[in-house]
Amino acid sequence: MSRQKKNALDLASLKRVMPYIRPYRLHVLLSLLCASVSAAAALLIPIFSGNAIDCMIGVAQVDFRGIFVNAVCIAVTTALAAVAQQVLATSNNRIAYCVSRDIRNEVSVKLQRLPLSYLDRHPIGDLVSRVIADVDAFSDGLLMGFTQLFTGVVTIAGTLGIMLALNWMIALLVVVLTPLSLFVAAFIAKNTHKYFTAQSKVRGEQTAMINEMIEGQKVIQSFGHEDESLAEFDQVNEELGKVALKATFFSSLVNPSTRLVNNIIYAAVGFVCALLAIGTNPMMTVGGMSKFLSYASQYAKPFNEISGVVTELQNALACIRRIFDLLDEKDRPADAPDAAMLDAKGHVTLTDVSFRYVPDRPLIEAFSLDVQPGQRIAIVGPTGCGKTTLINLLMRFYDVDGGSIRIDGTDIRSIRRSELRRSIGMVLQDTWLKAGTIRDNIAYGKPDTTDEEIIAAAKASHAHSFIRRLPDGYDTVVTENGGNLSQGQKQLLCIARVMLLEPSMLILDEATSSIDTRTELRIQSAFARMMQGSQPGEGRTSFIVAHRLSTIREADVILVMKDGHIIEQGNHDTLLAQNGFYATLYNAQFGA
Amino acid sequence: MKYLFSYLKKYRAESILAPLFKMLEAFFDLRVPLIVANIINTGICGEFADEAARLPYILGQCGLLVLMALIGLACSFTAQYFAARAAIGTSTQLRRHLMSHIQTLSFTELDAIGASTLITRMTADANQVQNGVNMFLRLFLRSPFIVIGAMIAAFTIDVEAAWVFVVAIPVLSVIVFGVMKLTSPLYRQVQQKLDAVTGVTRENLSGVRVVRAFGREEAEAERFAQANGELNAAQIRVGRIAALTNPLTYVVINLGVIALLYVGGDKVSTGTLRSGDVVALLNYMSQILVELVKLANLIVLLTRAYTSLGRCAKVLDTPTSMTYPEKASQADSAEEAVRFDHVSLTYKGAGDESISDVSFRVLRGQTVGVIGGTGSGKSTLVSLIPRFYDATRGSVSLMGRPITDWPHEELRDRIAVVQQKAQLFKGTIRSNLLYGLAAGEKTPDTVTDEFLWQCLETAQAAEFVRQKPGGLDEPVEQGGRNLSGGQKQRLTIARALVSQADVLILDDSASALDYATDAALRKALKTLPATTTTFIVSQRTSSIRHADQILVMDDGELVGCGTHDGLMASCEVYREIHESQFRDAEKGAKA
Repeated sequence: MSRQKKNALDLASLKRVMPYIRPYRLHVLLSLLCASVSAAAALLIPIFSGNAIDCMIGVAQVDFRGIFVNAVCIAVTTALAAVAQQVLATSNNRIAYCVSRDIRNEVSVKLQRLPLSYLDRHPIGDLVSRVIADVDAFSDGLLMGFTQLFTGVVTIAGTLGIMLALNWMIALLVVVLTPLSLFVAAFIAKNTHKYFTAQSKVRGEQTAMINEMIEGQKVIQSFGHEDESLAEFDQVNEELGKVALKATFFSSLVNPSTRLVNNIIYAAVGFVCALLAIGTNPMMTVGGMSKFLSYASQYAKPFNEISGVVTELQNALACIRRIFDLLDEKDRPADAPDAAMLDAKGHVTLTDVSFRYVPDRPLIEAFSLDVQPGQRIAIVGPTGCGKTTLINLLMRFYDVDGGSIRIDGTDIRSIRRSELRRSIGMVLQDTWLKAGTIRDNIAYGKPDTTDEEIIAAAKASHAHSFIRRLPDGYDTVVTENGGNLSQGQKQLLCIARVMLLEPSMLILDEATSSIDTRTELRIQSAFARMMQGSQPGEGRTSFIVAHRLSTIREADVILVMKDGHIIEQGNHDTLLAQNGFYATLYNAQFGA
Repeated sequence: MKYLFSYLKKYRAESILAPLFKMLEAFFDLRVPLIVANIINTGICGEFADEAARLPYILGQCGLLVLMALIGLACSFTAQYFAARAAIGTSTQLRRHLMSHIQTLSFTELDAIGASTLITRMTADANQVQNGVNMFLRLFLRSPFIVIGAMIAAFTIDVEAAWVFVVAIPVLSVIVFGVMKLTSPLYRQVQQKLDAVTGVTRENLSGVRVVRAFGREEAEAERFAQANGELNAAQIRVGRIAALTNPLTYVVINLGVIALLYVGGDKVSTGTLRSGDVVALLNYMSQILVELVKLANLIVLLTRAYTSLGRCAKVLDTPTSMTYPEKASQADSAEEAVRFDHVSLTYKGAGDESISDVSFRVLRGQTVGVIGGTGSGKSTLVSLIPRFYDATRGSVSLMGRPITDWPHEELRDRIAVVQQKAQLFKGTIRSNLLYGLAAGEKTPDTVTDEFLWQCLETAQAAEFVRQKPGGLDEPVEQGGRNLSGGQKQRLTIARALVSQADVLILDDSASALDYATDAALRKALKTLPATTTTFIVSQRTSSIRHADQILVMDDGELVGCGTHDGLMASCEVYREIHESQFRDAEKGAKA
């Protein structure tokens, strides 16, 4: 029962692969055609050489003309087959590589569409391993499948036909015995599948671990934790070794086992042929026997290969299933078809919002807030009070569980995400830069921007002076995640990136925490200029999360949050006067 | 290659036995055409004195074929097992070797190589090597053995006919190896393109929030598609050349068949050969073809594996730029903790010095504040103390001894660093806290729960840890994903405290903490043993104003050194920083 289910699942994956192959059906056709030609050639050549041998009856009884005719036939067939083989291989490569390219592209698009709740829960290394290693394994399996499956099937059909024409009795013998090897192969494949699954799983674990250890390498070293890290690594490594040994060994048994069956068939065919060739009235010539032996092994070989392909395909399907699993994950809800455009004035209303990451752990409950256009809202509170969550909700990285968030009266769930996000500039504490030049990074949100605008944005965010001092200025290449820049420099670039866009609303989540206060003051005034907008009364709404109270002192409204609730609300002076939690926080900065 | 041999050395028996059993199997395979020739020449065409003996003879020969098939199977199983063992042993050792080597690399090399490269080496490349070794042991000796064996067998049948083999085999080798030579640089390209695809994927995942905030999903998908398209083009290019092997060898083999038919016809006509011998010769030729097809596929795989091995070796060959002495040369100085003498540092590949000509001296038990603008060199300065980097000019000393005289372990024991980026590891809160301790020190006797709580208390982390259902044993996911930024930061501080180092460095590690927590933290740090020297890097003057000594950095230079009051009077940069933070507040306080 369970075995059946497993096979059904495999078939399902296989079926899902088909649409990916469809665009290359012309190549598939070409590949089939060439496979037939090359297989036919492989069938004909033994006939020609067998005939040639039958021209050699004995001393002075050799028909040289007959040999010549057959030699010419061999030469022509070979030439045709060689061309067919080359075309076959080329189309197969194209099919396998293009299908895996298409799947990768689809996964990449999918990754952009998955909800953050999924991505936050899955280690990057695991996802990367699916996009890279799993697709690779799949493409290898597919290539092997195409190369050997087609030729195999054509060869089997062709050989069978010729053998039947030559001598139906021996043909029957071969046909009856050969499925034995298929049976053996299927038996082994079925039992190896679980080892492949186990291998895939442990390998995933190890990849995740390697990711963590490499990325945290500096910490490992500074704590002298190398030996223990290595010990932990060893444990997983050894385990992988164990399951990989099983998967590799058992799957490698298929070939020899089927070869054994074939060798036995070969001997049987040889015996029967010899029986027919002896006696006073031989039913078979020596050349005929040579043909038959060669066909018997040619007939069996594709079975061997097909069983090899089956193992390979098992592996490929196990890999592709991990990819399909990913593709089957629910997308973030799509934008409604009638999703509104947004010409945000910046009137933000939160009504009775509730949200939790984990179902049984409430975080934000009954949260309401009304922000007038142009207001500066500062959010303060102890770590873990829900500040960053609020931003996740405003940006629609996560959707609220209850209540609603509206901008200018429109629920953000009925606004196109791209519209919503374009109107909100966001700078996070976690400074992410892409590999590319400084220029590319500043122009990230607006790639067709001019150099003047880029430099203006860099100047406004006070990044210009340090950029100028870099070896290649704006063309300096930022390495992976900005490894060659300091945290503060990266923050400056992130700010420049937003400055360039002049969004109508702004979210700053600890955006200046690694920037010195002198520079921060200057950036603030640049933001303030930007906030005011070009016309009076048209300021930008902004949300600022910060620990530094100097950063938020000027805010119109300060929200003091604790455990997912607003516990105090007002401006700096009124809050100080209340002498509550805010006042405590504020006084704490004197370190008295 | 040298690495490969050293891994295989542990599997010497396996690596010898696997190909040996394979050759044994091949040996039986080679006997088959001879037996078939016997059946034809003797069994069918031969003269038997007693006709009744003909059938048993044929039966015997066929039985021999079956027997050889059985022995062949046993040999093959044995070979596969040994090959799998050796291959997996190799990849296991390779991964371990890589990991342990990466751990010896200094920060300079880690910066230069980059994390994603290292990860691919340890995963995809190691797998390729494993595959390569496995197939090498199984097939690489078998194929040439059959090829040569077939030729020798041909000689035993007929010397002149064997010359066909002597000509065909070198031509075939030229084809197989020529294609290999042409494709190997192309496979390298494929690998590079694959690296690029990996890089884009990782980047997209780590920056997913920014990508979405800027509405760049489609552009990123397109960037991926471009890298992916380049990979595809490279794969197809190499595939086209590699595919040449099959048709070319096929042509050569069949030319060989034609030649054999002619030579064979001649010989049969003159009576030196019988038709069964010609059949045997043709069989040998087709055996060579089968083996060559295998060999060609194998070589594609081996080329890839070899490239991967080379890439792994490149990491292993990267020497660490830092060497440590085995044993300390001098005793500690009684009062001096850290001294910088005209220290400058230029990062590798950087154009300019990140800090220049910095000198200062810190006594034991002092608290030192380091302050300065963004990019002024604060972090660089403190990263020289635990010798993450070596000064390019000048010298750093710890406890009166040059930093380069300290053995590695001792250095790590004496100094605890909390870095800007809070990095935790999969495990539990407890396992993360115990991170800095040697394995032997981790018993509940040496490190009591009470002590751990005390450290958490100091790091202001006790409250939230207490709220976790598992307390100290609450699981921490990979990279600490299940904790908030501030929680992670406080745990990293607690982790540093647990190791009870003599020198504690907090590199702007309170930036994710709110003021109240920060203030409480500073207060709590004062309760550390009086001999603990503490460096606090911060942007906030409030965090360091009570320090015994404050170092003011500006653009890589040390522009001020003294106490808060002294600096307020003498150092303009410091005054400016302070005023930018306290301008209104102090006014407010006065009012």
